[in-house]
Amino acid sequence: MLLLIPLLPFLGFLANAGFGRRVAKSVSGGVACLAMLASFAVSAVSVWRLTALPALPPGARVVDQHVFDWISSGEFHASFSLRLDPLSAVMILVVTGIGSLIHIYSTAYMHGERDAEYARYFSYLNLFASFMLVLVLGSNFLVMFVGWEGVGLCSYLLIGFWYVKRSASDAGKKAFIVNRVGDFGFILGVLLVYGRFGTVDFQAVARAASQVAPETAFGTLSVMTLLLFVGATGKSAQIPLHVWLPDAMEGPTPVSALIHAATMVTAGVYMIGRNAVLFSHAPETLSLVAGVGAVTAFLAGTVGLVQNDIKRVLAYSTVSQLGFMFLAMGVGAYAAGILHLYTHAFFKALLFLGSGAVIHALAGEQDLRRMGGLRKELPVTYWTFVIGAVAIAGVPGLAGFFSKDEILYRTYAGGHTFLWALGLATSLLTAIYMFRLVFLAFHGERAQAEPDSRASGLRSPELATSDGVARQSGEAAEAASPESPATVHRHVHDAPPAMALALIVLAFGSVVAGYAGLPHALGGSNPWERFLAPSFEEAQLQPDAGTGEAAGGSERGELALMAVSSVVAFTGIAVAAVCFLKRRDLARAVAERFPGVRAMLLNKYYVDEIYDAAIVQPIRLVSEHGLWRVVDARGIDGAVNGVGDSVWGSSAILRRAQTGSVRAYAASFFLGVVLIVGYYLW
Amino acid sequence: MITPTHYMLLSAALFTIGVVGVMVRRNIIIIFMSIELILNAVNINLVAFSNQLQNAVGQVFAIFIIAVAAAEAAVGLGIILAFFRNKETVNIDEMNLMRW
Amino acid sequence: MPAGINAIDFYYLLPEIVLTAGALAVLVADVLLPRGSRALAWITVAVLGATLASLLPFADTDVEVANGLIAVDRFALFFKVVFLVSAIMTVLMSVRYLEIEEVSPGEYFFLVLCATLGMMIMAGGIDLITSFIGLETMAVSFYILTGFIKPNQRSNEAAVKYFLLGAFSLGILLYGMSLLYGLSGSTNLHVMASVFAGQARDPLLVLAVILVVSGMAFKIAAVPFHMWAPDVYEGAPTPITAFLSVGSKAAAFAMILRIFVEGLPSMTSDWQLLFEALAIVTMTVGNVAALTQSNLKRMLAYSSIAHAGYLLIGVVAGTPLGVSAMLIYLLIYTFMQLGAFTVIVMMRRADVVGDELKDFSGLHVRHPVAAFAMLLFMLSLGGIPPTAGFMGKFWLFRAAIESGYVGLAVVGVLNSAVSLYYYLRLVVFMYLKKETTGSEPTASPALALTLAVAVAATLVLGVYPRVLFEVAEKSAQTLGLGGAAAP
Repeated sequence: MLLLIPLLPFLGFLANAGFGRRVAKSVSGGVACLAMLASFAVSAVSVWRLTALPALPPGARVVDQHVFDWISSGEFHASFSLRLDPLSAVMILVVTGIGSLIHIYSTAYMHGERDAEYARYFSYLNLFASFMLVLVLGSNFLVMFVGWEGVGLCSYLLIGFWYVKRSASDAGKKAFIVNRVGDFGFILGVLLVYGRFGTVDFQAVARAASQVAPETAFGTLSVMTLLLFVGATGKSAQIPLHVWLPDAMEGPTPVSALIHAATMVTAGVYMIGRNAVLFSHAPETLSLVAGVGAVTAFLAGTVGLVQNDIKRVLAYSTVSQLGFMFLAMGVGAYAAGILHLYTHAFFKALLFLGSGAVIHALAGEQDLRRMGGLRKELPVTYWTFVIGAVAIAGVPGLAGFFSKDEILYRTYAGGHTFLWALGLATSLLTAIYMFRLVFLAFHGERAQAEPDSRASGLRSPELATSDGVARQSGEAAEAASPESPATVHRHVHDAPPAMALALIVLAFGSVVAGYAGLPHALGGSNPWERFLAPSFEEAQLQPDAGTGEAAGGSERGELALMAVSSVVAFTGIAVAAVCFLKRRDLARAVAERFPGVRAMLLNKYYVDEIYDAAIVQPIRLVSEHGLWRVVDARGIDGAVNGVGDSVWGSSAILRRAQTGSVRAYAASFFLGVVLIVGYYLW
Repeated sequence: MITPTHYMLLSAALFTIGVVGVMVRRNIIIIFMSIELILNAVNINLVAFSNQLQNAVGQVFAIFIIAVAAAEAAVGLGIILAFFRNKETVNIDEMNLMRW
Repeated sequence: MPAGINAIDFYYLLPEIVLTAGALAVLVADVLLPRGSRALAWITVAVLGATLASLLPFADTDVEVANGLIAVDRFALFFKVVFLVSAIMTVLMSVRYLEIEEVSPGEYFFLVLCATLGMMIMAGGIDLITSFIGLETMAVSFYILTGFIKPNQRSNEAAVKYFLLGAFSLGILLYGMSLLYGLSGSTNLHVMASVFAGQARDPLLVLAVILVVSGMAFKIAAVPFHMWAPDVYEGAPTPITAFLSVGSKAAAFAMILRIFVEGLPSMTSDWQLLFEALAIVTMTVGNVAALTQSNLKRMLAYSSIAHAGYLLIGVVAGTPLGVSAMLIYLLIYTFMQLGAFTVIVMMRRADVVGDELKDFSGLHVRHPVAAFAMLLFMLSLGGIPPTAGFMGKFWLFRAAIESGYVGLAVVGVLNSAVSLYYYLRLVVFMYLKKETTGSEPTASPALALTLAVAVAATLVLGVYPRVLFEVAEKSAQTLGLGGAAAP
């Protein structure tokens, strides 16, 4: 049964890879969607059956499927088996559910491709889903690694799907180097886990780890969790390995939604959650996880403020939200972190697909400065996008509020006040940059672009490479030639049915998904936490301050914190409205469109100025000239490229050493002997 | 009195001459002859040891080496001849089609 | 131990005898068959198959025969299977290649069989003389095979380089062997081991170890004794490059394990240190140098150098686990390396050489099957699950960690991370480049068969490696234990 879940998309991949080039688009797209939907159905049934199992004792609510004995040699055993427990249940529902929607969306989005390319796209997408499901269902590190590498490969192929102009060696260079570093950490971590516990099965490792006392100093457990964490930072784009994710936006937008927002990039978070017991026994690593998460969340948020490419804003936002998830893991709020992973999957997929609809409507335009006023032309996209933005901003009542708030509350309750403050600041930033996006893209007037700046717009990656998108909307000719903004205006049309369907379903999810984690303080019973409890029970050996309080005493404190973050969310939206809506249409538009906002602005005029001078401008300066340029472009980016370049350079030197001269080769041989003898004599 | 040490010194000297020859000479044939010197150094060693240890294995080994060296010489000269036909040179430094 | 040779010895040497007789038959058949007949290749395959079949009676044998000159044990058996399988695949690859190069096969197949014979003797040899004879039988055959395309200057040049450097390394190896003989009074590895067991560490013995290590390091192309490999691999006929990088390397590893594990256990700490250093340098230099290559054969040459480094990890670990991991990786490496070369041979056409990276651009459009197979081999060489290469590497690194060589495992993992860069570079060319100027790959039935076998093995050994692991473990155990004398 469980095997069917990854197998169905894999069969879809085989079908499309084998026969896709010979059949019509409706067939290849249909096969891919059907495979995903069938997989979703099987997942739903499996999860339904899982919930029928008793929650206690620990380890009872688990479905194992042993596929075959993979390796069995001496004392080493690793079977290829899948395991469904509450944690992986959440993940498979996310992957198959949101994956299905994105497949459906893609049938329309990619419609301009040639039949063969279309089938190739869907075969990669199905293959990705299959590997992702293996990753989350794997019952031991090795099976997980199969998925881990598989999704990496598919992501690589899909990012490069539109590689027409750029040289391929440039292509995923950064993504590639970074992911190598991550994999390096991961596989070493796995080897260490095996060396220490003699097994690679998650349950067995957890059981063995729960027997030992948590480490007080930096010991073996810390090293192994640290290495695993390096793997997680690579996959999940955390500082300092975050630099690849914005570049990955060169792929088709649905790919960004599926791989680089909802599923693959959360694999690192999932992996830490899966090994919660190990991590909770290595407090040194855990605090590092929390720190890296919080810092990433904050810095990525500031960078997101100044990006002008709609997809890059969302990419930095993803990095920032992933930081939140790591923060949750680091403070031991595993269930909260997974809740955020789950809600984030809805609203971030929604936002990406919405941005895809915008790009689609504008024939490939990705620059926010050349958008605006799309609200009327794209009503479905607009309203769903706003729901996504509200959800991510943390407005009470929507999905993002519950999950983000739970994380912040746990951080605060765990005594990490500084991290909490950082998280709160990030919330503010999130609200600002999301609504900046909304206001710039959908409100105001379409910017009247100069012909030459429009030409430079043509260099934007998606447009330059996605002749498919352009062709599909029948605008290849216009897109390729400098056109008057009016032409664009005329062709703007809202999302076709398949895309609209995905947007609406995701918007619905973004509203209601959070209620699964309705906390006690609001009269809920937090069913989420109870559901996930079997997966994290062993990790909660030392009753952590947060859990204890959540049940009883400080509900008032929790409510207070909720109030604080709600205020922060609204403040952020307000700030965005002031800076990006008012300033643009200073005199005209605001008055009639947003009387309420206008009143608020008038009342807080000086606050507004102070905000701008004291916070927005410094942040803008720091982001523009400091963080983005130094940290990203010169510092970390430079370091990543520097390592690559120096390896490349030494390769060129080694190459030159190969002179082709037999005498030199003999000399090298003899030199080797002499060196060894010299070593012994010395 | 010639002791095993003398033999070993002779063999080491021959070995060194051979190695240096391979590295400094340019003519392929001379390089090949230098290699033969190395093999003969080995033979001297083996026969000397065999004599000292009063056991015949070393001599058997030496005979095998001589036989194999002969075979190798035949093949090697054939290869060098094929090379010479195409390139009309036996200068090792003019072999530079493949590098880097 | 009875003096002289027993009739029963010939029974134990049955596979070698079958192979020798078969080789001679091929030589005769070449004269009898009409020119241009493909039958010769199939006869050769039949001979190799018969040899493979004649190994069957010795599946559980563990004896020393011919007065302690050669061992017939599971360790040797494992290697013999590797050699025969790679020889069969080489022959299948060669048919089309020779036709395109317009070379009459003639002695080609005979020499492939001779090289295989040499390898089999190397795997069984437990006496320095036997090992040396095997080594030279193999090496001389390869010298000729490398230069087999006589009108081609590259082939000529490769042969001269290989021959001169090979003979040079042989001299150094033999000098070390002569010292070993002088110090122990025997060329038999087991006698040698017992003589050295009680002795103090002699500087001359250390020198002998260094020389033998260097000579063998040349054969496996370990840095800094590797310089010949890229040039020779590039210039040699492609099927021979494949055979050289797989068979010759495997045979040299068999000989290394025989000499050092069985003959020089008293010097373990010395040679382990040497091989550890060699492994680190070899992995690193091989992978780094491969990054900038644009010729695929040359890139695979460096990759094969790097793989010698990985394999050395198993030697360094020195435990049965390490040796079995090495055996496993060798077999896996055989399939993935030969598979990759099969695709290169498929790219070869009368007018196109087809071994440059750019020849592969957009291959997935022109020939999806070949592209997919190549993708699989690259992933496997890079150690990505669920391919066989991952299993092999994981096992090697695990062996290193269990024997306490954590640093070596770290370097290994780091290197396989680096190596993926150039393996996937080819994947980028095949899948992401739109360009289609390259040649249309062609498949003859023989090539298709080779490719199918390599693909199947790369997948099956990755997904279901159990049987291989069990066999390799048993094979590794017979090494160093010393079999019973022949009855």
